Amino acid sequence: MDFPILSFVTFLPLLGAVLLAVLKGDSESVAARSRIIALGVTTLTFLLSLPIMINFNPALADYQFVEKKIWFETYGISYHMGVDGISLFFVMLSTFLTPLCVLASWKAVTDRVREYMVAFLLLETFMIGTFCALDGVLFYLFFEAVLIPMYIIIGVWGGARRVYASFKFFLYTLLGSVLMLVALITMILHAGTADMTVLTGYRFAPEMQTWLWLAFFASFAVKMPMWPVHTWLPDAHVEAPTAGSVILAGVLLKMGGYGFLRFSLPMFPEATAFFTPMVFVLSVIAIIYTSLVALVQQDMKKMIAYSSVAHMGFVTLGIFTLNTQGIEGAIFQMISHGVISAALFLCVGVVYDRLHTRDINRYGNLSKNMPVYACVFVILMLGSVGLPGTSGFVGEFLSLLGAYKVDTVVASFAAVGVVLGAAYMLHLTRKVVFGPKVNDDAAAMRDLDGREKFIFLPFIVLVIFLGVSPSYVLDRIAPSVQNVIAQSTPVLAGDFSQTSSSSVVEDRSGGASQSSPGGASADDQKKDIKDTKDETNEKGNR
Amino acid sequence: MILGYIAVFAPLVAFLLAGILGRKCGDKFSQFVTCTAVLMAAAASVQLFFTVILGSNPHTLPVMTWISSGNFNVDWALRVDQLSVIMMCVINIVSSCVHIYSIGYMSHDESKSRFMAYLSLFTFAMLMLVSADNILQLFFGWEGVGLASYLLIGFWYHKDSATAASIKAFVVNRVGDLGLLLGIFTTFIVFGTIQFDGIFNAVTDHTADRFDFFGYQIHALTLICVLLFVGAVGKSAQLGLHTWLPDAMEGPTPVSALIHAATMVTAGVFLVSRFSPVFEYAPDALMIVCVFGAFTAFVAATIGMTQFDIKRVIAYSTMSQLGYMFFALGVSAYSAAMFHLVTHAFFKALLFLGAGSVIHAMSDEQDMRKMGGIWKKIPVTYAMMWIGSLALAGVPFFAGYYSKDLILESDWASDSPVGHFAYYMGIAAALMTAFYSWRLIIMTFHGKPRADHHTMDHVHESPLVMIVPLLVLAVGAIFSGSVLYGGFAGIPHQKTVESKATEIDEIESEMKEATQDQMEHIIKSESADAIHETVWNKEAFFGKSIVVLPEHDSVAKAHHVEKWVKLLPTIVGAVGIFLAYLAYMFIPSIPAAMVRIFKPLHILFFRKWFFDELYHIVFVKTAAALGTFLWKRGDGQVIDGLGPNGVAALSQKVSTVLSKFQTGFVFQYAFMMMIGLMVLVTWVAHAMGLFDLIPQFLNMR
Repeated sequence: MDFPILSFVTFLPLLGAVLLAVLKGDSESVAARSRIIALGVTTLTFLLSLPIMINFNPALADYQFVEKKIWFETYGISYHMGVDGISLFFVMLSTFLTPLCVLASWKAVTDRVREYMVAFLLLETFMIGTFCALDGVLFYLFFEAVLIPMYIIIGVWGGARRVYASFKFFLYTLLGSVLMLVALITMILHAGTADMTVLTGYRFAPEMQTWLWLAFFASFAVKMPMWPVHTWLPDAHVEAPTAGSVILAGVLLKMGGYGFLRFSLPMFPEATAFFTPMVFVLSVIAIIYTSLVALVQQDMKKMIAYSSVAHMGFVTLGIFTLNTQGIEGAIFQMISHGVISAALFLCVGVVYDRLHTRDINRYGNLSKNMPVYACVFVILMLGSVGLPGTSGFVGEFLSLLGAYKVDTVVASFAAVGVVLGAAYMLHLTRKVVFGPKVNDDAAAMRDLDGREKFIFLPFIVLVIFLGVSPSYVLDRIAPSVQNVIAQSTPVLAGDFSQTSSSSVVEDRSGGASQSSPGGASADDQKKDIKDTKDETNEKGNR
Repeated sequence: MILGYIAVFAPLVAFLLAGILGRKCGDKFSQFVTCTAVLMAAAASVQLFFTVILGSNPHTLPVMTWISSGNFNVDWALRVDQLSVIMMCVINIVSSCVHIYSIGYMSHDESKSRFMAYLSLFTFAMLMLVSADNILQLFFGWEGVGLASYLLIGFWYHKDSATAASIKAFVVNRVGDLGLLLGIFTTFIVFGTIQFDGIFNAVTDHTADRFDFFGYQIHALTLICVLLFVGAVGKSAQLGLHTWLPDAMEGPTPVSALIHAATMVTAGVFLVSRFSPVFEYAPDALMIVCVFGAFTAFVAATIGMTQFDIKRVIAYSTMSQLGYMFFALGVSAYSAAMFHLVTHAFFKALLFLGAGSVIHAMSDEQDMRKMGGIWKKIPVTYAMMWIGSLALAGVPFFAGYYSKDLILESDWASDSPVGHFAYYMGIAAALMTAFYSWRLIIMTFHGKPRADHHTMDHVHESPLVMIVPLLVLAVGAIFSGSVLYGGFAGIPHQKTVESKATEIDEIESEMKEATQDQMEHIIKSESADAIHETVWNKEAFFGKSIVVLPEHDSVAKAHHVEKWVKLLPTIVGAVGIFLAYLAYMFIPSIPAAMVRIFKPLHILFFRKWFFDELYHIVFVKTAAALGTFLWKRGDGQVIDGLGPNGVAALSQKVSTVLSKFQTGFVFQYAFMMMIGLMVLVTWVAHAMGLFDLIPQFLNMR
C-alpha cells in the first residue's frame, strides 16, 4: 500500500490537539503558543492535502488513495478511507478554511485560547474524516463527532444567547442522528456489511428503502438545513464566534448534501425517485421563503444565515434532478457557497471586531474610510448573488438548468430566488458599505490590516477563478457524478414512480425504462406537485 | 486577428490597472491608462469595420473553456462578425468620447480613479456581450454591464437616492434576466447547444417543435424568443420593466450618456437582432416585440413632455427611441433597428453630454425651471444641443432622419398585422419627440434667466477636454445617417439568383401598371438602390449575421411605400418644433392653460403613468410584509413553536407536574425528551424491520 495520505491528513490535526493539550506554562504563553501551534498544524495539513488534489486522477470514477483495514470482522465493519471527485473538494475546503479560521481568531479570541484551538483542530479531523470515510460506521462516528466541538464552540465562545442556540442546534441534530443510527444498524444487519461501496450496490427492498430513506433524510435535511427544519441555523450563526460561523457555513452545511449523494441517492434509488417531488417542493419553498425572510433582517449574520438556507435550496434541488448538470451544479454550488459564505461571515467578523454590533443600521458609508474592505465585500456580495464570472453563478446556473430539464415549473419558481437574492444582498451592501454616513464610530473604523488582507486574498482569488474557469473542478467531479447517476437509477419494480421526463431518461444510463409500472402514477405525481406549486404561486401573488 | 482581442480586452486591462494601481499611482495615471486603452480599442474596431464588414471576413477567436458539464459545453470565445463589429465600433467610439469627457466633467470629484475604472469595466462587459459566441457569454456581458451600471448609478454612494436607484436598476433588470435565463435553458434543451452557430444552423429543423412549459405545449421557438425578449424588456427599459431607467439618472452624466443612452440599453435590440434567425420563425414573438415597442415609444414620449429635470426628459426620450427600435425589430426590420441604434448612440450621447455641459455650467442644477437665458454664455454647448435635437427630431439630412424614417417606412410596408399600428404610434411619438426636444432647448437656453445671480455669474463654457468629445459626437449625429444609409437600408440577406429574378419580375410588373409619375418614382428608387449598392456592396454589409426571410423583408419593401408615408414623419417633426416655439417662446401662457384643461391626462403623464406607485405597493411592500410575516409567524411561532420551543415548553410542563415528586428539574427535562425520542426511534426501527433482523443476526453468529 502507498503512503496512507488520507489518514495522515485526517489525523494530523488530532495530533496537534494532543500536543496543545499537554502544553505547560502560564496562561499568557500557552495562549500565544497555542495560536502558533494551531496555525502551524492546520497549515501543514493544508499543504499535505494539496498532493491529494494534484495527484488525483480526473479520469477515474472510482475511489482513490484508498486505505482499508478490517475493524470488526463479524459486523463487516472496517476502517475504509478514500476520496472520489465528489468528496475531494470538500476535503480541500476543510483543510483550506481551518488555517484561515485560526488566523481570523488570532485577536478576536482571548479567553481560553488553548481549548478553543483544540476544538478547532478536533473539528478539522472530524470534518476531513467525514468526507473520506467509506465505511458506514466510520462515517457515522465522524459525522456525529463533528457536532461536539461545534456545540462547544458555540456554547463556550458564543454570544449572549449561546445556551439557547446551542440547545436548539443540539436538539435538531440529535433527532436526525438517532434516526440515522437506527437506519445504519438495520442496513448493516441486513446486508452484513458496513462498507459503503458494497452497500451502494445492495438493493434493499422498496418498503424498507422508504423508511431508511426517511431516516437518513431526517439527519441530512437538518444538516443542510432544509425548510422547515432550518430555524436552528440563524440562531447558531448569530451566537457562534466568527470562525465558528465560517466552519458552520463553509463545511458543516455541506455534510447534508454530501450525505444525500453518498447514501440516499445510490443506496435507495427507488425511494429517491418516490420522494423527489417532495424534495423539490421543500427546496422551492426554502428558496423563496428564506429569501423573503432574509429581506427583512436587521442582523447581518442572520441575513447571511437565511441566504445560506436559500442557497442550500438550490443544492437539494440540483441533487434530486438526478441529471448531470443538476448534480454537478449542486456540488459546485456547495463548494462555491463554502467559499463565499465563509468569507462573508469573515467580513461580518471584521466589522464586529471593531464595533461589536451586527445591526446593519449601525454601519453605512464604510466605502469612504474602508475602501479595501468595501471592495472585498462587494466582490463577495456579487458572488453570493451569482453574477456570471463568479463561482456563485456556475452552481446556481447548472442546478437550475438541471431542474428545468426535469420540471419547468419547479425551476422557474426556484429561479425567482435569483431576483430575491439580488434584492437582499444589495440591500445589505447599501446599508453597510454604501449609503450616507450615519455613525461617527462607524466612520472612524480603520481599513483592513495586513493579516485581514492576507485572509481575504485567497477567497477573492477563488471566487473569481472558480467563476471564470470552473472546469478544473467540474472535470474532476464529472466521472463520480456519472457513477452516482448510474447507481441512482431505479431498477426494482415496485410501488414506485419516477418523475417522467425525456431528458432525465436521456441522462440516466439506461434502466429507467425498465420500471414502467408506475407510468400513470408518475403523471399523477407530477400533476400533484404542479397543483401545490400553483397554490404557492397564488399565495405569492397575493 | 489580434485586432479582435485588442478591441475587447484592452478596456479590461485598463480596468484592472486603474482599479488595482489607481490608489497608488494617482488619478492622472488612471485617466491616462483608461483613455489610452479605450482609444486603442476604438482604433482596432474601426479597423475591424474595414476588414470584417467591407472585406466580408467574419471570424471567431478562441479564448478558453468555461463550463463543461455533461453535454453542456460552453467556451469563452469572441465572435467577430458584422453585427458585433458594428456594435464594437459604436461602443468603443462613444466610450472613448465619454472617457475623455469625464476627465473634465469629474475634475472636482474625489474618486476619479474609481470612476475611470468603472467606465472601463463597463466598456469591457459591453464588448463581451456583443462579441459573445454563445448565449451564456452574452449573459455574462449582460450581467456585467448591469453590474457596471449598478456601480456607476450608485457612484456617489453617500447620496441615499443614488444607492436606492442603483439597487432598483439591478433588481428590475434581474427580473428581465430571469426571462433570459429561462430562455437559455429552453434553448439548450431544444437545440442541445447554446453556441450561436449551432443554434442558427439548426433552426429549420425545430420549426415544428413543441416544448412543455408549465404543462402547456408551446411552440418551442416562440417560447425561446419570448423569454429572451423578457430579458430585452428589462435591459432596454421597455414598458413594464422601464422604471429603473429614469431613476438611473442619479449617476454622473457621462454615465447616462454611455450606459443609459448609447450602449447598454440597446443591448436588448442587439439581442433580438442576434437572434434574428430564430425570431424569423416565431412570428407571434415578433408581434409581441412590435407591440411592446410601439407602446413604449408612445408612453415614454407622453411622459417626456411633462418632466422638468433635463436629464429625465432625455432619459424618457431614450426609452421612446428604444421603443422605435423594437417596433422595427418586430417587423423583421433588424437592419433598420440597428441603423437607428447607431445614429441614436451618437445623437443621444451628444444630447446627454451636452446636458452635462449645461449642468456643469449651472453649478449642478438639473431643473429646467431654474435655467434659461444662458445660450449666449455657452454657445458651443448650445449649438451641440441643437444638432442633437435636430437629429433626434428627424429633421432631414441629420442622422436620425434616415434611420427613423426607415423604421417607420418598414413598419408601414411590412405584412405584419401590427405594422400599421406601430407606424401610427411612431408618428404620434415623433410629434411629441420634436415638441419635448425644443421645449428642452427653449426652457434651458432661452427666456429670462431663472437661476440666482450667484449661479448665473458662474455660467461658463466647458473646457476643451469636454468640448472635443462633443464635436466628435456631433459629426456622428450629422453624418452617420447619410453615410451609413446604404449599408443598413440594403437588403441584409444573401440574395439568391431566384429572389433576384423575382424582384426583377416584380419591378417589371409594377412598371407595367404604373402611371408616368409612379414610373419615375420606381426608376428613381431603383437607381438610388443601385448607387448604394456600388458604394456599399450591401449584400455583404450584414453577411449572414442577420437573417431575414424573403417574405418578411420589410426594409426592402420600405423603399416602395407611398409618398405620404415617407413625408409624414418629417411633417409632424416640423409641427412639433413649431408647437414648442409657440407654447414656450411666443405665447408662454399655453402650457399652464393646457395643464388646466387636460388635468387628469397631465397628472397621468407627469406621474409617469403611476408605474412606480403600483410596483411599490405590489412588489416592494408585499415582499417586505411577507418576509416579516414568514419570519415572525412562520419561523418564530409555527416552526419553533411546534419544534424546539414547543418540546422545551412541553417537557417543562410535564416536569413541573413531576417535580411535585421532588426530583431534579434538569433530570426530568432530559428524561422526558429521552422518552419521547425512544418512542419515536422504536417506532421507526420497527417500521424498518430492524427487530425482525435481530434474531436472524443472532442465529448467524
